[in-house]
This record gives sequence, structure tokens and C-alpha cells, in this order.
Amino acid sequence: MQSSGYAQGKLSFTFVLIALLLVLTADLEVSTLDPWSEMGRMATGLITPDFFATEYLFEALFFTLSIALLGISFGAFFGFFLALVFNYLLVRIVCAFFRSIHELFWALIFLQLFGLTPLTALCAISIPYACTLAKVYAEIFEQADNTPALTVSRKADVLSVFIYTKLALVKDQLISYTRYRFECALRSSTILGFIGMPTLGFHLESAFSQGNYSEVGALLLSFYLLITSINLWLKAKLLPVYIVAAWFYLPEFGNVSWENFARFFGSDIWPSPLRRATEFDLQAISEAIHWYWSLLTGEIVEGVVNTLVLTQLALVTTGGIALVAFPLAVRLFVGFSGRLAGQGVLVVLRSTPEMILAFIFLLLLGPSMLPAVLALAIHNGGLIAFLLAELANNLTLRVDAPIQRHGFYKGKVFNGQAVSLYLYEVLPRIYSSFLAFLFYRWEVIMRETAILGILGVTTLGFYIDSAFEDMRYDRAMFYIVITALLCIGVDLMSRFLRKKLNVKPSLG
Amino acid sequence: MALLELSDAALGYENSPVLNNVSLTIEAGEKVALIGPSGAGKSTLLNRLHSLIREQAALCPQSHGLVGPLSLYNNIYMARLEQFNTFSNIWNLIKPQRWDEIAAIASKLGLRDKMKISVDKLSGGQRQRVAIGRALYRNKPVFMGDEPVSSLDPLQAKQLLSHISDSHHTLIVAIHDRHLALNCFDRIIALKGGKIEFDKPTSQLDIIALNALYQP
Repeated sequence: MQSSGYAQGKLSFTFVLIALLLVLTADLEVSTLDPWSEMGRMATGLITPDFFATEYLFEALFFTLSIALLGISFGAFFGFFLALVFNYLLVRIVCAFFRSIHELFWALIFLQLFGLTPLTALCAISIPYACTLAKVYAEIFEQADNTPALTVSRKADVLSVFIYTKLALVKDQLISYTRYRFECALRSSTILGFIGMPTLGFHLESAFSQGNYSEVGALLLSFYLLITSINLWLKAKLLPVYIVAAWFYLPEFGNVSWENFARFFGSDIWPSPLRRATEFDLQAISEAIHWYWSLLTGEIVEGVVNTLVLTQLALVTTGGIALVAFPLAVRLFVGFSGRLAGQGVLVVLRSTPEMILAFIFLLLLGPSMLPAVLALAIHNGGLIAFLLAELANNLTLRVDAPIQRHGFYKGKVFNGQAVSLYLYEVLPRIYSSFLAFLFYRWEVIMRETAILGILGVTTLGFYIDSAFEDMRYDRAMFYIVITALLCIGVDLMSRFLRKKLNVKPSLG
Repeated sequence: MALLELSDAALGYENSPVLNNVSLTIEAGEKVALIGPSGAGKSTLLNRLHSLIREQAALCPQSHGLVGPLSLYNNIYMARLEQFNTFSNIWNLIKPQRWDEIAAIASKLGLRDKMKISVDKLSGGQRQRVAIGRALYRNKPVFMGDEPVSSLDPLQAKQLLSHISDSHHTLIVAIHDRHLALNCFDRIIALKGGKIEFDKPTSQLDIIALNALYQP
């Protein structure tokens, strides 16, 4: 019988092999003349931040924060109630579909309805977040111990039983997951700046474009400060105050035009042959089908192919970065202080939105797939490395492992043993968790790959963005649906592989 | 009419039952101990019996079934959720409504000073006593327990089991401790190898007979 490691190794090898073949076909060219000097200027900017370069710094910071806070609040509110009815197939399907549409695509849709108002930003975050939270909340409820409910009478009302035996049991889990998603919402809110919302991302983009790297440094540092200080200021008792303050901080939503709404959903998004047809008959339907078919065989093919290629390349690179980077934050390899420093680096990597990383790499390396691969791999690799390091720090090794037992370097590897310890003691123990994390990120990486098209890489997002620019909403909607289906497909594939290889995120 | 009746029942998973051909009758007022080696099907039998008379029985599950983050007070209060409306139940989480009567139970269990502590901060033995407290507070004629006193010291176990016995008309308890089974119950049902090995009044049994059950 073969070891479970064998199947995992074989699969990993296949993924790497596919990626290597794709490298040959993909466009990974560096087209800028002198990336190094530009990088030098950026680095100088980062270490000489100029907090007075923009008078909008605080405004942007509060706007980003308000949108994220209100977005996650609405998302958690609706997600909670959706989770209670999550056993209905229809709810599950709608949630799966809505959460596979990236918040920036949602923003592009709501932009047509409400214009460049905070309402657009709020909806763009609340909807996909509500659907993601619904799924996770439902899983938490399902996995919760059922025995407390057995000890109470069947005559007790459903709500009381739910509150006492279920909600009380999983309250902390719900809160800690929602807290984590709030950090994600801050990133989402930031990158909404790339489509014109006055969040940090908006000012980052303009500062980058003007080469104002000291302003970039100030904006980025403020962003990191916001993320790392969450635990200091986000207190349960103050939350209502924050939410009310955020609500009143945001500028007015303006007039919501229901005519716009009706026009967009009633007419704009349906295929042009249907809209032009005088009656809704067989001929109109057949023309509409032809229209869809011509789209399916048109430019979108390149978009789909590029999205798939880029996803696979980014996935494998993410894995590589995670495996190389996680020892940086493991006490065993770098000692106690080294671990703190390593964790700091990994937190910065995972906190930086991939959109911003991609933007930086595009400036440095010129337009190709390379910036997108690097951005996705660094962000996701940092995130997975952080989780792996946590697992590795909790490992109990065999007593006679070659580890320093006494003195200043206590707990650290003896000289020269690091590689064998990594390969024989640490990696085999966490490899299964590594694959689980990576497969969990697969769908996320694909969704992000698609969205990076907005920056000019010819993935699906590029075609969606252009369709919106040309006001071809029917086309844009169709492309969004294709993207969503692709993400759902990858999610199913990931679930299948995780089940087949029996990999789980925690230690076995 | 008998309180509980099973005739030729197969219990456990549908395709691979844990217990086969189980026939038994339990009358109200009986004090029944279920004994047998681990994995013999005591919990399976108890759970089935509980599902038949859920509204008449107070259950003390093997895993305790406590809600860790809630206070000891609220874990016991939970036993009577059906007696109050939703609003009072929610209000009780903010301001305890039955403090005194639950304090009386907690005193009996030696947990009077732990009322406000969340049960996930209690020790195994303390948690077990909270589970018993909740069953007592349900105030039902039948007590059903799955190893309800296994984490307590012998003296405490005996005392609490007699207290449980005094406060309930009928007792159905899965138990490992053979001495307790002989001393506190008047009928013993022994399970082994997927069936009922014997079902006798305690007066006809002794420790040697029970020990034999645990020999391979």
C-alpha cells in the first residue's frame, strides 16, 4: 500500500508540471527598461513617507474604515439570517453564485445603478460578504455539538432553544471569523478606490501614477497601521458607536433612481437582439441564443484561457512562496526574535491587497502576466506561510531531534541540520495542511485573477471592464456570469481533491 | 401500561446495528442500571429509550451536553426553557430570573460559589455535577444518565446517585461502577456482544456475576 504522502506528492508534482508547461506559453515578459531604478525610488519613498503630501489622508482613511465597517455589519446581519435557512438548496445556490462574483465586479454593477456614491461601495461589499458569511456561519452551526439541545424539552420555543444551546455555544467562533473578515473588508474597501471610490486605494493609485512615492509610503503605512491596530480599538462595547459614527460620516447616498434600477435589470443586461425585438417570440429567442454563442466563441475565449493559465501559475507560485517563507516565522529555524521579525514580514505580505501589489509590479515590470502572478503569489503565499508557521510552532518533535536544548539559542536547530529537519520533521507533518490551505485559496486566487484584468492583464476582468466602459451591459453581465461559473467549478474541483486526498487544514 | 417497551428491536446504525433482538420492558418506578464493557451498546440503548419518552425524562448525556461559554446558572436554567416565553428566556440571559431556586440546586452539588462561572472554566468533575444539576432542575419523573457520576470520587458519586434516586420515580442509568450498580439500583440489564446478556433483579446478582461480564 502506498502512503498518503505518495498521493499528495503525485498531485503536487502534476500541478507543478502543468505550471511549467504553461510558463512556456504564457506572456511573462519584462517590458520596462529599467525596473531596478524605479524600484529604488519606490523603496526610498516607503522609508521617507510624507504624511502631509495629501490633505485627504484622514478623509480617505475614515472613508475606507466606514465602508468596511458598515459593509461587514450588513454582511454579518444578512449572513446570519441566511445561515439559518442555509439548508434550502435555493439559498445555497444563490449564495454560491453571489459570492463567486468579486466585490469589484459588484461595484461595477452598482456603479451603473447608484453612481459613484457610498451606497455602491456598501452594496459591493455587503452582498458577497453576506453570502460568504452565510456559508461559514452555517458550517459553524452544523458542526456545533448537538447534545445540549437533546437535554431540553421539545415544547420549548425554537428561538430560545437556538439561543441557549446553539448560539451561546458558537458565539466566539462567529465573532472571531467575522473579525477576520473585517480585515478582509478593509482590503476590499481600499481597492474600491481603483474604480473611483474615494478610499485609500484611490489616492494610492493616483500617487503611484504620479510617481509620488513618499505619498504612497504614507498611505501604505497608514493602511498597515489601521490593520495591525484593529485589536486595539475594535471593542465589542464600542462597536455600536463606531457603526453609528460610520453611518453619519459617509456623505449622503443621493437620490436612488428606481428608473435606473428598472432600466438596468429590466432591459440593459439582456442581450441586444431581445431588447430590439418587437415581440418576444421564437425568432427573438433564437437570435438571442446566437448572440450568446457568438460571445462565447469570441474574445472571451482568450479571457478564459488567460484566467485559467494565470490561476494555475499563481497557485503553484503561491505554494512555492509559502513553503520557502514559512520557516522565517518558525522558532525552530530562526529562534525567538527571528520568529517575531518573520511574522511581521508575513503579516505585511498578507495584508497588502493583491490589487495594490499588482499595480506596483505593473509599474515596475510593464504589462504582462508576470506582475499578476507575482502579486497573487506574494499575497496568498504570505497568508498561507503565516498559517503554516503557526502550525509548525505548535509541533511536538521527537525527543532526539537535533535541537539545541540549552543556552541562548535554546529551541533552535543545530548548525547544518536545518535542511534535514525541514525535510524530515517539519514538512511531512504539515504538508497535508499546506495542500488544504492551498486548495482553499484556489477559488479565491481565480476570483482575484479575473479581477486583475481591470489593471490591463487580459484576464476575464479586462473584458468585463471594457464591456462596462462601452456601456455594453448585456455583454458585461454575461461575462460576469461566466467568471462566476468558472469560480464555482474550481471550488467544486478543490472540494473533490481535498476529499480525495483527505487533507484538512488542522494537524492530523 | 409499561413505561418503556422494546420488542425484538435492532438499535444503532441502519446497516450495521450495534444491538440486535433487544426485547425489554421497563415499568414506572423501577431503578435500572445498564452495564457492560465499553462499546457494548449502553449509550445506544439509552439514547433510543430517551427518544421514546423524551418529554417525561431528564437526560444527563455522557458528553455532559453543556454549553461551555454560558454560566453554570444558565446551563441549569436551560432545563426549563419550555416553561417561559422567548422574551423571558432572553431577558434571563441579561438578568437572572430564577437565581434562588437554582442556587439551592447548586448548593446540593457543592457548586454554590460557581454560579456565575462559565462552565468551560470548570473541571471535569464540576462539569459533570452541572449536568446532573440541569437534569435535577428539569424535575421529571424519569432520570436517564449515561455515566452520570464517572468523574466523581466514590463517596460523592454514591451520595449524588442516592440524591438523584430520591428525586426521581424512575432511574435508567448506564454505569461502569459495579458496586454502585449493585447498591443503588434494583434491576441490572447487562449488555455484551451486541445483545442483552442478562436482565435480572439486583437481589439475584453479586459482584462475581458482574465481574464475569467483563472477562473476554
